[in-house]
Amino acid sequence: MAIRNEVVEGVKRICDQYANEPSPLMMILSAVQKEYGYIPLEVQKIISEKTGIPVAEIYGVVTFYSFFSLNPKGKYVLGICLGTACYVKNSQQVIDKFSQMLGIGPGETTEDGLFTIEAVRCIGACALAPAMSINGKVLPKVTPDQVGKIIDEYRAKEAQ
Amino acid sequence: MENQEMININIEGRTYSVPKDMTILEAARKVGYNIPTLCYWNKGHNSLASCRVCLVEVELNGRGRLVASCVYPVADCPAEKGFVIRVSSPAAVAARRASVELLLSNHSKDCQSCVKNGKCELLHVANITGARDNRFEGEKTPTTLDECAPGIVRDTSKCILCGRCIEKCKEAQGIGILGFEKRGFNTIVAPAQNKSFANVPCLQCGQCIEVCPTGALSEHREIDKIDAAMAAGKKVVVQTAPAVRAAIAEEFGHRIGEQNGTGRMVAALHRLGFFRVFDTNFGADLTIMEEAQELINRITNKGVLPQITSCSPGWINYMEFFYPDLIPNVSTCKSPHEMEGAILKSYFAKAHDLKPEDVYVVSVMPCTAKKYEAKRPQNAAVNGLPDVDAVITTRELADMIKRAGILWDELPEEEFDQDLLGQYSGAGAIFGVTGGVMEAALRTAYHTLTGKEYGPIEFHEVRGFKDIREAEIDIEGTKVKVAVTSGMKNGKILLDQIRAGKADYAFIEIMCCPGGCINGGGQPFVKPNLLPQEGADILDTYRQKRADILYGIDEKMTLRQSHNNPDIIKLYDEYLGKPCGHLSEELLHTSYVDDRPCYDD
Amino acid sequence: MERIQSATQLESIIAEKSKVFSDKIQGVGGKRAVVVCGGTGCLANDSLAIEEELIKAIKEAGLQDKISVNHVGCFGFCSQGPFVKIFPEDTLYRAVTLKDIKQIVEDDLIGGKICENLLYVDPVTHEKVARQDDINFYKKQVRIALHGCSLINPEDIEEALGYDGFKALKKVLTTMTPQQVIDEVLASGLRGCGGGGFPTGRKWQFAANVKADQKYIVCNGDEGDPGAFMDRSILEGNPFEVIEGMMIAGYAFGASEGYFYVRAEYPVAVHRLQLAIQAMEQVGLLGDNILGTDFSFRAHLRLGAGAFVCGEETALLNSIEGKRGMPRPRPPFPAIRGLWGKPTCVNNVETLSQVPFILREGAAKFASYGTEGSKGTKVFALGGKINNVGLVEVPMGTTLRTLIYEIGGGIPNNKKFKAIQTGGPSGGCLTEKDLDTPIDYDTLVARGSMMGSGGAIVMDEDNCAVDVAHFYMEFICDESCGKCTPCRIGTKRLFEMLTQVTEGRGTLDTLAQMKELATVIKSGALCALGQTAANPILSTMNNFPEEYEAHVVDKKCPAHVCKKLMSYKIQPDRCVGCTLCARNCPVSCIHMTQIPAKPMVPGKVIPGKFAHEIDQSKCIKCGSCMSGCRFGAIIKE
Repeated sequence: MAIRNEVVEGVKRICDQYANEPSPLMMILSAVQKEYGYIPLEVQKIISEKTGIPVAEIYGVVTFYSFFSLNPKGKYVLGICLGTACYVKNSQQVIDKFSQMLGIGPGETTEDGLFTIEAVRCIGACALAPAMSINGKVLPKVTPDQVGKIIDEYRAKEAQ
Repeated sequence: MENQEMININIEGRTYSVPKDMTILEAARKVGYNIPTLCYWNKGHNSLASCRVCLVEVELNGRGRLVASCVYPVADCPAEKGFVIRVSSPAAVAARRASVELLLSNHSKDCQSCVKNGKCELLHVANITGARDNRFEGEKTPTTLDECAPGIVRDTSKCILCGRCIEKCKEAQGIGILGFEKRGFNTIVAPAQNKSFANVPCLQCGQCIEVCPTGALSEHREIDKIDAAMAAGKKVVVQTAPAVRAAIAEEFGHRIGEQNGTGRMVAALHRLGFFRVFDTNFGADLTIMEEAQELINRITNKGVLPQITSCSPGWINYMEFFYPDLIPNVSTCKSPHEMEGAILKSYFAKAHDLKPEDVYVVSVMPCTAKKYEAKRPQNAAVNGLPDVDAVITTRELADMIKRAGILWDELPEEEFDQDLLGQYSGAGAIFGVTGGVMEAALRTAYHTLTGKEYGPIEFHEVRGFKDIREAEIDIEGTKVKVAVTSGMKNGKILLDQIRAGKADYAFIEIMCCPGGCINGGGQPFVKPNLLPQEGADILDTYRQKRADILYGIDEKMTLRQSHNNPDIIKLYDEYLGKPCGHLSEELLHTSYVDDRPCYDD
Repeated sequence: MERIQSATQLESIIAEKSKVFSDKIQGVGGKRAVVVCGGTGCLANDSLAIEEELIKAIKEAGLQDKISVNHVGCFGFCSQGPFVKIFPEDTLYRAVTLKDIKQIVEDDLIGGKICENLLYVDPVTHEKVARQDDINFYKKQVRIALHGCSLINPEDIEEALGYDGFKALKKVLTTMTPQQVIDEVLASGLRGCGGGGFPTGRKWQFAANVKADQKYIVCNGDEGDPGAFMDRSILEGNPFEVIEGMMIAGYAFGASEGYFYVRAEYPVAVHRLQLAIQAMEQVGLLGDNILGTDFSFRAHLRLGAGAFVCGEETALLNSIEGKRGMPRPRPPFPAIRGLWGKPTCVNNVETLSQVPFILREGAAKFASYGTEGSKGTKVFALGGKINNVGLVEVPMGTTLRTLIYEIGGGIPNNKKFKAIQTGGPSGGCLTEKDLDTPIDYDTLVARGSMMGSGGAIVMDEDNCAVDVAHFYMEFICDESCGKCTPCRIGTKRLFEMLTQVTEGRGTLDTLAQMKELATVIKSGALCALGQTAANPILSTMNNFPEEYEAHVVDKKCPAHVCKKLMSYKIQPDRCVGCTLCARNCPVSCIHMTQIPAKPMVPGKVIPGKFAHEIDQSKCIKCGSCMSGCRFGAIIKE
């Protein structure tokens, strides 16, 4: 995956910004995570070149801390519950419907960066099964029919 | 070591005087206790204190606590203050055993199929600590088996996260290909993003294999390929690198440096059914002819200097990944076994009226990067056939010998086959140790430039294991400044000088593995835990011991310069013409690429 | 504010600001002051908007010259927030919403009448309490670490200067030698509040004894225990006090650089700490030659990135150094070789926040609180099954009974107290028999638990001891750094065994093996996190052996928590046949029986209404049926 030139420049700028700090890696990674939302290997390579720290070591740090992410997440994280109660109420179909309509699988993000689909563990809303959460807000009793409406609603919100 | 400050410690009720700067582990070993270890490697080169199999109990006033003896300083538990070290307290014994049992519970225990069977430190430690039952069972960490790289196989199902390989890669090559990844139970040791060794700038040097306590890292084995070639009726010719003979006897129980294995190794190869058994030293002599000529050409034609040797494929990998701008400095000579392979498939095949494709060349090398080198498309001189068909390590050869039931110690000493490529010089032999190529090249270059032999023969300035060694050779008024280094961490220093235009050397020898090929990634393991007959300092001395064997061979030879090797002279007279001539260029020289990606996606 | 260049200048500024601040609190000149809680909990409930709305409403009423409004740090009583407090009356309004602003302004600020409906109601006496100091939750508290929290504006250095700020620093820099500072802290008996309880003065002494060109003081603000948030509250409420404590530590053992390591999850704390550092730099309280003395000090801020283990001091140092947060073996201790190999003291936020008090008021005053071995106070985060959830600071030696029943207001819904977990995932639980033990570092350890950072989770009879251990073990497994064998693999195996027990697959052998493995992990792990990882198991096994046995022998969970070992059952004699449960059931496993339902009106049987029954083979134990049943017909067995 090639990264855009301005991102390359941006990451280099962040590295330069902390160049005078002793052991700046954590600060660089935090800043990159904050600025771009994730730290893929390509970006780690740039940081490696700028700091002289081996890529494997940077990758080790990125994967150690839960705040750092290797993959971009969408603006809206669609967490579809795959807990037992939701599963038996066909939440798999809900996931499939989202996948089909957005053209991405679970764990992936749409190209416009708007949506990420996540299959999540029980969110404790068994009585509302099948349930899902959008950025933490719980939506009860989601049927595959509603999926289109949900996507439209959030797209409309963006269009405003 | 004199005037060392001493301290008294109490182990199991007896008081001993030990150097104050020691750890409990070192002190205990000195006074006769062997505490098991796994993550510990050579006096703190690696000691994360993470495996917890070296736990001992440190007691004060009857209250004990467990400490990792590999890092705990004796200065912190002096006998005077009432500290007592218990190696065998019930808590210490139980904890050591539990640590091993826990490691085993997350380990693929297919020991009989494991390449490290018999050389596994985990199994050794399990035996010592009494971890015999599978007391703990459960889910295992998701595993990766990487067999994509030509040199090294990585199987995380056997990794115990000791971190020795991570440190070794950094310490020897300064690149840090490996690192810890993820966290907790999911932690693995891997190249970035758990990529294959084939898709990262790994040199394939195999230094990591040398320190791996288990079967997590091993060489990509090629014995099956040889079996298949023999079964197919090919003329399977084998050649052995100089460093192999310096160490192969270790595989059969001999102490390091004890036995020059040349004669028995040749005898064994004969018994294994090879069509011809040759010495890569012949190829080394050939390399010297070409490389010395190339150097002279560069000097006289004001070409790019310094010229850098090209025998070490690990170094070539390093150069292509990180210093492709220095390609003009690197000698275009193929490495000795590749040259020898090309000659076998041309000159030798023609002489024996064999089709090149029926000659199957096997190289026995101390090296895992040679496995990669043999697959380079640039190393296929005759009809597009690879110059070398299979590369096996010293360890693999030992396994073949054992498999065939051949008893090493009862073998006679036999000579290499005298058939066109039979003769070799002492100069070729010392290729196996850092500085050897330089010394051999200087002997011949001196002769080429002056028409005389260099009087003392030996160039002692370039010997030894110092990180970077420099020398200035006076060739009848022409001063030639040279440098020798090994291990890419050291190599980088010279390369940066060249890049900055600050290196006034004419010739530089770079070997990828620290100490040269005698310490290659395909050599027998030097694991103090498994070598009770060796001294505690073996990790500091083994390289010198192996080097001494090669220098001993050179010393005993009457033929000590490559250009005096009669078979070499004959080869040039009858076939190649002159060094760096047209046919030489075609068969014996190679090329490099400047666009090798460091991380393939 | 002008730059402070000498002690005398600081003294006059302190005098001036103290007057301003006490006038504000006491309402001198008929003025009043309104403060709004700006802690994280209240911010989440719109306290920022409440503050803005108050300012607007007061301005509309034309009272802006008579009534000031600002936000302050956490009140600690987070379950009752957001708080609005009126000075000088000390009236505390709780659970304030935007729509209450009009009433507060009109009734109280204009009308001078207390808004009764916004007052705290005591859960025991059911009486309304107007003044903060009269609330039981606050009565027994002694605020040393929380000094100034919920009182001063944490973003205003002038308020800090007006409320004891930098008095201790001035005293230390101008009248004491470093050794005298260490001796004073030693005499105070202050111990590290972050977990281990190591004497702070001794730590400083170790570092002071080492000669080095550079030393560091590091403030550990990587508070990770689920449920504990005292460090966050202190940093949010009075960051100046912590920086002052850090500087005093630096002076005492010779560090001129200080690093704060704060969780990235605490944006408000980070922001206020940043503001405080900037403000202090601006007035010259940080930088070169502070107060014209030879003492120079710089403070830096580093953020965590979501790893519990970084609360362990050597892991924290690795994290600052840009590495994976994996602990280092000790010795060498950080005081000898710490950050970048230099002598370093790592002190917790709460510990440092107590230092200014000790130097200001004297070691004897501090030591007058507490027990023989543990002096001063400790902040606890009360949580779980307790009425008053929140943050309290009490003298060491306070009993659990006082903590739970007097300050905490007891257990909700008249349930029976079962245990209190202290020390978070590294601690253990204490039970009925421990209620009257004065709690301090040593008594907790003696009872198989630990202080930890001061989390205190109360459990009632509805909690299952095995399930609680299971919960903590899962947490530890997730947060283990993976470095050492006992913690990486051992905790995983323990977790697996505990799962077997909670699912009825365990045997008495499982329990024996768990205990054995837990003991090995305790003694053999590399760092404190690993060494204490098995505490929740060992402690629950010791306190509730019969509960563990019930799981493996009878295959029953006495508290009806472990799903595989319990079932929901409809009592036919109480079921009215309303079908609500059947409709609520997500897996449709509830159906009618042939048994006539209980009549809604006694004696009036309705034909066609039958009692219901759960098909246990299909039930997923989600509890929807039970929580929906209005007739109490469904029970857990």
